[in-house]
Amino acid sequence: MKMKKIHGLARTALLGIATVFLGAMSVLFITPIVLTITNSFMSQSEIASNYGKIFESVTSAGTYVADRVNLKIIPDLVSFSQYETVLLKSPDYLLKFWNSVILVVPIVIFQTLVALLAAYGFARFDTKWRSGIFFAYIILMLMPYQVTLVPNYLVADWLGILDTRWAIILPGIFSPFAVFILTKFMRRIPSSVIEAAKLDGAGEWQIFTKICAPMSGGIVASVAILVYIDYWNMVEQPLVLLTNEAVDLHPLSVFLSKINAGDAGIAFSVASIYMIIPLLIFLYCEDSLVEGVSYSGGLKG
Amino acid sequence: MMKVTEKKRSDRRADRQCRDTARIKEMRRTRWFFVPSLIGVSIFFLAPFLVVIYYSLVDNPISGDFVGLSNFIALLQNTAFRRAAANTATFSLIAVPLAVIIPLLFAILLMEKIPMKSLFRTILISPLMVPIASVVLIWEVLFHNNGVVNEWLIAWGGTAIDWFKSDFSQLTIVLLYLWKNVGYNMILFMAALAGIPKEITEAAALDGAGALRTFFRIKVPYLSSTILFVTILSVINSFKVFREVYLLTGDYPYDSLYLLQHFMNNMFKSLDYQKLSSAAILMGIVMMIIIGILFLIDRKLGKDIEE
Repeated sequence: MKMKKIHGLARTALLGIATVFLGAMSVLFITPIVLTITNSFMSQSEIASNYGKIFESVTSAGTYVADRVNLKIIPDLVSFSQYETVLLKSPDYLLKFWNSVILVVPIVIFQTLVALLAAYGFARFDTKWRSGIFFAYIILMLMPYQVTLVPNYLVADWLGILDTRWAIILPGIFSPFAVFILTKFMRRIPSSVIEAAKLDGAGEWQIFTKICAPMSGGIVASVAILVYIDYWNMVEQPLVLLTNEAVDLHPLSVFLSKINAGDAGIAFSVASIYMIIPLLIFLYCEDSLVEGVSYSGGLKG
Repeated sequence: MMKVTEKKRSDRRADRQCRDTARIKEMRRTRWFFVPSLIGVSIFFLAPFLVVIYYSLVDNPISGDFVGLSNFIALLQNTAFRRAAANTATFSLIAVPLAVIIPLLFAILLMEKIPMKSLFRTILISPLMVPIASVVLIWEVLFHNNGVVNEWLIAWGGTAIDWFKSDFSQLTIVLLYLWKNVGYNMILFMAALAGIPKEITEAAALDGAGALRTFFRIKVPYLSSTILFVTILSVINSFKVFREVYLLTGDYPYDSLYLLQHFMNNMFKSLDYQKLSSAAILMGIVMMIIIGILFLIDRKLGKDIEE
């Protein structure tokens, strides 16, 4: 009895340590996000005085620059002036934001659609040919950009779509990631459900649209989120596929680093605007995102 | 009597045949579902990849003279490629083990009855959703030569380090990489831990096995395929870390941050198809070897619990 009590105490102490540890880690993990957002509410002059020694471009002759760099969590004076500049006075950033939207939205919609169809085809029957193709998809999915960008570039060149948005959108639509997760999900739909539908005289298209696609609703949402965040964060593809004059088509994810160098005053607010959308989606759909990620685990399916 | 069974048998055979043809028809019909995807993948990935293989074996795309492996040998002798490969390998060797161990630790702790654990989980996952471009500013404020970390170092009596332009530069990138990737891997581990049958761990506890013993003897074999997957994923993501480096330091980073993707970008700029193709194929082969080795290890470890 006594032994058990001591054991229980030790356990409570361990759990206490674990809580403190996880709490400290959480603070570390959230700090960059919080700082970016709070700093976006600083006025240009406050940014200049705090970070002037880092972003020399923000300072002009006569601005006050503190001797030491101050990492401030809360601005002295909450100001919306940075947002005002970004949203009303400098159309360039809005244009880049729009570029991101135009690139990402079609990829998310069509990759999910194409993948949903393909997943049904792969999951319905598991023949030698099909599992061979599916295996090729997995290998393709595991290849880094250094491998896949070369074929992408060649095709874009042949089709004459290099330096246009299509060079990014088309390969994005056929990227195998969504096929992989959705197939794994559809394989778990019990065949009895499908057999029952067949007895009722449903054709393949009906089984797909009336049963399998609706049953996959939740997982489709999480796949769409994962695809979205992947492309919202893209850097490699635009750098290789949109060059010369086409740099005007670059998404904000690439352009942000140039703002950082040139116009740090408003960089925090642009950065905040760019991350607030995925963050809101995350807070709203955390569970479905977690489900999607869980499904991506394991290659054996 | 004899006749009846005979008849039944032939009936059954006919049945089976009928079912088989129905199955084949069904299979043909379901084939159309993955045709769009297959056409797209063939056009944008598979077919051009065959051309990439061809380019890697000829002296230039126009004359098309077969030169065997000399493109690969030239690539391996190229100093820029060597440096890029070495830097990428170093980065992976440091970052990948951490990207497996830290999330595993977090996941194990989050499976316990800890107050506020759903809040902790949310926070630890959230970097997954944040575009890297949005936080590089903070990294710059922290690690710039005049940045906050150096202020602290000096205040504590140390000397300032130029983080992005010294041998420590990879460390700042490792931190950013971990910050971004820990959440995803943690979710995978939590899902795997939740999938371990309770009876098994309870039985082990009844047999008097300690927490550590239970962990290594029972949980690790169950987790082995997840550990494998997380490792592969982390290797791939460590190849993608160019993104972070580019956003922080631009086209011309410090020597130790010159990565394979920088090399590829330069080759794209000069349109050196030979180097591009042979580098892509070489990296593809290396990735397959890494994945193959990890699979073999997994098969050894997970043998006992294969269903």
